[in-house]
Amino acid sequence: MAQIDRDTLLDIYTRTMKVNRTDEKFRELLMGGKVAVMYYCVRGQELVSAAAMAALEKDDYVVCTYRGQGEQTAKGIPMEKWWGECLGKATGTCKGKGGTMHITDPETGIMVTTGVVGSGLPIANGLAMASQNNGDGRVTLVSFGDGAANIGGFHEAMNMAQLYKLPVVFLCQNNRYGEHTAYADHTDSPNIASRAAGYGMPGVTVDGNDVNQIYPAVKEAVDRARRGEGPTLVEAMCYRMMGHFFGSDFSYMPPEHIAEMKAEDPLPKLRKVMLEHQFTEEELDAIVADIDAQINAAVEHALAAPLPDTDEIYRDVLEETA
Amino acid sequence: MAQITMTQALNLAIDEAMADDPGVFCLGEDVSAKQGGGVFKVTQGLTEKYGEHRIRATPISETAIIGAAVGAALAGQRPIAEIMLMNFVGVCMDQIVNHAAKLRFMSGGQTPCPMVIRTTTGVGVGFGGQHSDMLEAWFAHVAGIHVVTPSNPADARGLMRASIDANDPVIFIENILCYGLKAEDPGPGYRVPLGKAAIAREGSDISIITYGRTVLDALSVADDLAKEGISVEVIDLRTIAPYDEATVLASVRKTGRALTLHEAVRPFGTGAEIAANIQEKCWDSLKGPVRRIGGTFSAVPFASHLEQAWIPQKSDIVAQIKASVGKH
Ligand SMILES: Cc1ncc(C[n+]2csc(CCOP(=O)(O)OP(=O)(O)O)c2C)c(N)n1
Repeated sequence: MAQIDRDTLLDIYTRTMKVNRTDEKFRELLMGGKVAVMYYCVRGQELVSAAAMAALEKDDYVVCTYRGQGEQTAKGIPMEKWWGECLGKATGTCKGKGGTMHITDPETGIMVTTGVVGSGLPIANGLAMASQNNGDGRVTLVSFGDGAANIGGFHEAMNMAQLYKLPVVFLCQNNRYGEHTAYADHTDSPNIASRAAGYGMPGVTVDGNDVNQIYPAVKEAVDRARRGEGPTLVEAMCYRMMGHFFGSDFSYMPPEHIAEMKAEDPLPKLRKVMLEHQFTEEELDAIVADIDAQINAAVEHALAAPLPDTDEIYRDVLEETA
Repeated sequence: MAQITMTQALNLAIDEAMADDPGVFCLGEDVSAKQGGGVFKVTQGLTEKYGEHRIRATPISETAIIGAAVGAALAGQRPIAEIMLMNFVGVCMDQIVNHAAKLRFMSGGQTPCPMVIRTTTGVGVGFGGQHSDMLEAWFAHVAGIHVVTPSNPADARGLMRASIDANDPVIFIENILCYGLKAEDPGPGYRVPLGKAAIAREGSDISIITYGRTVLDALSVADDLAKEGISVEVIDLRTIAPYDEATVLASVRKTGRALTLHEAVRPFGTGAEIAANIQEKCWDSLKGPVRRIGGTFSAVPFASHLEQAWIPQKSDIVAQIKASVGKH
């Protein structure tokens, strides 16, 4: 596999740390009782979304899930707007009407964040179909979990995407759990990617904790889609290091497995790669410090922001034509 | 002016919209020329004009069809998705209810979902329990969708065009028994605005509020009763949700009596909502309770005489009207 160049590595590192620091900040706010909202932690999966977003162009489309913080922040939703939405403020991406599970920001390409497992894949096809119809050259990436691969819509979408050679990338983040159910308790095939063959589509399983695997795999899928050669199923093996959502019970996650997976933590691994590429400790720390400052400012802004007007419940139901 | 059937009316409206806007495209099972132009021939002849990308024949994948329409709509296109028979909406309810209907609202107005879901149904063709239901109440109960059904070819042409223009999702219900109805072609560019009812017949003794195929029954009953000196006003809602409340209330204030009539089963049907609203808002004008007629509360039966008995009967409409106006 081709080496990732330094600029790209730096880009991926920056995005990864943005995702990670946002996750840390969110948990800090929740733990400190500063906010009380649903939040789906992405600890352990930061690199997958960061690398995937780095493989896309700015105007490519993304469809993600309630656990989409990584895609959303790494794709570049302005932090103040993102935090505003998560805190239900008028300044949020969706005026506080979407919330953590329904972040939409078309300017950044985040078209849908769905709370219904597996629903994103058929919608991603439609975005890709529009691109195919009007020849705009955009690629659509849809991210989902291993649990979602068992929803009917997954299979319908895979078949349809391959049939029409849609410019779409199916990114399965196999974090080994669907809510409280471990992978082996919901699926009896060794991986998800092998299903692609059943639809005539390339499928690849990669280590989502290794930048040298995840980035080239998604990049190749994106390039392939843009060349008009159709969809790819990329399965990134990773690990959800926390419970399903913040504060939820995780007694069903065996402690020895958590310990084992901590050794696979993508962040120290990525740092090691960065150092091997002659980035200095100081440079890397400075990037994180800068991100932290941005996040802190965005959170302060969101906390101080106004709540949406109560009238908002009547707006945007249907187009206002009067 | 030429006479057209409702099938032709729909075809003309879609054809015209596709010619005017390259973002309009059709997708659904069997819709393209290869498969004969749709099971009810509504998309016949369009593949030859617009190609297989704009008349996309799909796999039997209702979730993928509606999901694709949602995605394409989010990207600025105007898809017309066909669900071959209305009962199959059960397969893709998530995409309609959780996504198409809500994405405008949940995104704070950023991502409207302009798409038409064409579907067909109707009691009286012997299709049995899984192919005949009118399920409009399911959708009328969800904020963010227009529910439309024409009762005649001219409205079909005008409502279809307006539905394609609409910047929100529309469920467009075509009654199989109405496909063959013939009427004068209103001509190119004809539009019937969504949310506007038609007073299909003026009257002064009672208002029947109905839509779709039962409009024909209501009109026929009104003709018969006119001979007995009972004057029936027939309102064809055309758009079931959100419906033209002003026209309904004005009519009931005028006649003082109301009857809701639909082919869908009576319990929890749209007639119940309309009746409740009339009682709330026209209490002072009402001379008696608002009456409701709907299909029998069972699956639609197969045997022809059972199926006929299942549908709201003209005799029942007559009886209810007579009971309401107090003439026997
Ligand atoms: C259709 C549907 N069924 C059930 C749920 C409840 N639910 C929410 S998240 C989840 C687990 C999904 O697991 P996976 O797809 O692996 O994604 P992950 O949470 O691991 O990112 C379930 C069952 C849902 N939201 N949607």
